[in-house]
Amino acid sequence: MSDLRKVSANPHVRSKITTSTIMLAVVISLLPATIFGIYNFGFKAAVLVVVTVASTVLTELLYELAMKKRVTIGDFSAVVTGLLLALNLPAGAPWWIGIVGGIFAILIVKMLFGGLGQNFMNPALAARCFLLISFTSIMTNFETDVYTGATPLAALKAGESVNVYNMVIGKVSGTIGETSMIAILIGACILLLLGIIDLRVPGSYIVSFVIFLGLFGGHGFEWNFISAHLAGGGLMLGAFFMATDYVTRPVTVKGQYIFGILLGLLTCIFRVFGGSAEGVSYAIIIGNLLVPLIEKLTHPTAFGKGGAKK
Amino acid sequence: MAKLTFAGGIHPYDGKDLSKDKPIKDILPQGDLVYPLSQHIGAPAVAIVQKGDHVLTGQKIAEAGGFVSAPIYATVSGTVKAIEPRRVVTGDKVMSIVIENDGEYAEVDYPEPKPLEEMTREEILDCIREAGVVGMGGAGFPTHVKLAVKEPEKIDYVIANCAECEPYLTSDYRRMIEEPEKLIEGLKVSLALFPNATGILAVEDNKMDCIELLKEKTKDEPRILVKGLKTKYPQGAERTLIYATTKRQIDSSRLPADVGCVVNNVDSIVAIYNAVHHRRPLMERIVTITGDAINKPQNFRVKIGTNYHELIEAAGGFRKEPAKIVSGGPMMGFAIFELDVPTTKTASALLCMTKDEVSQLEPSACINCSRCLEVCPSRIMPNLLATLAEHHDEETFVKYDGMECCECGCCSFVCPAKRHLSQNIKSQRKIVLGKRKK
Repeated sequence: MSDLRKVSANPHVRSKITTSTIMLAVVISLLPATIFGIYNFGFKAAVLVVVTVASTVLTELLYELAMKKRVTIGDFSAVVTGLLLALNLPAGAPWWIGIVGGIFAILIVKMLFGGLGQNFMNPALAARCFLLISFTSIMTNFETDVYTGATPLAALKAGESVNVYNMVIGKVSGTIGETSMIAILIGACILLLLGIIDLRVPGSYIVSFVIFLGLFGGHGFEWNFISAHLAGGGLMLGAFFMATDYVTRPVTVKGQYIFGILLGLLTCIFRVFGGSAEGVSYAIIIGNLLVPLIEKLTHPTAFGKGGAKK
Repeated sequence: MAKLTFAGGIHPYDGKDLSKDKPIKDILPQGDLVYPLSQHIGAPAVAIVQKGDHVLTGQKIAEAGGFVSAPIYATVSGTVKAIEPRRVVTGDKVMSIVIENDGEYAEVDYPEPKPLEEMTREEILDCIREAGVVGMGGAGFPTHVKLAVKEPEKIDYVIANCAECEPYLTSDYRRMIEEPEKLIEGLKVSLALFPNATGILAVEDNKMDCIELLKEKTKDEPRILVKGLKTKYPQGAERTLIYATTKRQIDSSRLPADVGCVVNNVDSIVAIYNAVHHRRPLMERIVTITGDAINKPQNFRVKIGTNYHELIEAAGGFRKEPAKIVSGGPMMGFAIFELDVPTTKTASALLCMTKDEVSQLEPSACINCSRCLEVCPSRIMPNLLATLAEHHDEETFVKYDGMECCECGCCSFVCPAKRHLSQNIKSQRKIVLGKRKK
């Protein structure tokens, strides 16, 4: 009986795509925004990116070693979280902010809830909001060697005029990765072309945001105002890289549209009526919390179900 | 015009080039032939021969065990050596008749066929039932049961499933290219049973030559249409095929006849043709022997009961030691741990792969990517259902349409976390179905 062959349940072929390749593709598509951020803000930004990524990966590794669980840092999901968090930090923040944020993102939001796939909100954004609340002055201080003064969105809110062209290119102040709309869109195109994300969530998010902003923004559908809001702040980064996070967006098609529209509405409310100029992070994590409910309400109808029986 | 298709599905590597240009070759069995009494859905057949009996080719050796059952015929002449449990492709041992081949292939005299026009509906159905015809695409559902619908005038379409969407398989393709007349005549037999039906030859568009050929051959047949389908797995699954060709939908609680359709596989239709026009029982089928471990991949006309070892030998043996052998295609086939099993009515292929992609895969956590939902032709949530199956939460599993799964395996194919989605759902379905039977 020694020549018995291995058997397994069908199907006997599998696609080449794995969790690691998906996460790696996300990392690569974040590189344009990362590189632009480092170019824009200088060496300090590079240090912050490296420290934050190292912090998320090490937290996951140490937790898994301590808990004697299978080490999963090879799936690159911790790298994605670290990179996203770093891109959401102001370049002038001290290096330990990255470490504190990284530990919070991985330990509290991800690992304590069961690790990859079990976190109920986007770890990077949850960490950013945690930092915003705990270290408000550091997290809202966008003064660096390169830029002084407020971010374009804050200026816009204060009634000043902004240069939309600079905002699209990214030569403005803000967090490390959010300033350049072009760099973010290049990365988003990579993800779209590889089929890793689709336009359902980002498309419905951005379109509904524009509509709500036009209705409630106080400036109507004025081109300069709308485009400044699109290019400014974390909208593009949030729409393409964080609202599309698999774990924390609905899996159903209808649910994804509802989720996108909800984010557009929340972002508009926070930006127009909120105390801060920015609202993407809060909008997305609140949206994340509603995902189980949305999925339950939009459970798909099975093929052919409900037809009459002869 | 938009291509005929369905929502979901996948595009696996199709591997058909290995064997698609190899003409069908007859092979004669050398060793013993084994006939499992259960090679169809329904009651097992009942043996009507005894150890030591001499049988002729085409002689009935087992009688149908009920209405939903099918008789079995000897495919060689020889002596009944034993009636004992033998291993089949699923790994089970099934009571089987073993016949020692005397190498003479002496045949019985078949009854004189009647012209189709003179036959009544009952006579046609009798011919098909007597011939032991079953669904030869894989399920093995007795064909006469499928055709014996209560209200034949309400059937609008008789669909010939020529999709052959399963990767690597080329048996139906060769059948269509080499013997299109038999397919068309067989379809006309089915049409004779349903006065208001249109016949549809549904072919995937990776077989354009077949589509052209069948169109040419049916240009004077007002009741037969040839339809090209988008090439996509599982285009040939019954429910998706009905939808793609007629836009009618059925779920698991209904039969194709409920929406006025009857679907038969290419080989089954040829078997119907043989049963009615020649009064010959089902004794052979086309089997594709293929895969990168096979020396000369090709298509054989195989006598039912032939040992798989002989098929491998006829294909020139192994080029390399195979890591995995699959009876059937890579998506729906059964992995077999030993080759000492017989060809049955439902065996469409023998696939020998040098790489075993699957056994070593370690499943990891679901990342909610929703790929399984996108590809699921049953439009259910494989990620959720597989988890419910893991937790043995039967009630919620049924509530969220777990029973609607068509077991095509698309979800497992695309899953980046390599979860055993399809496997878990299938096991849970079996448990639920088992309880319903009680």
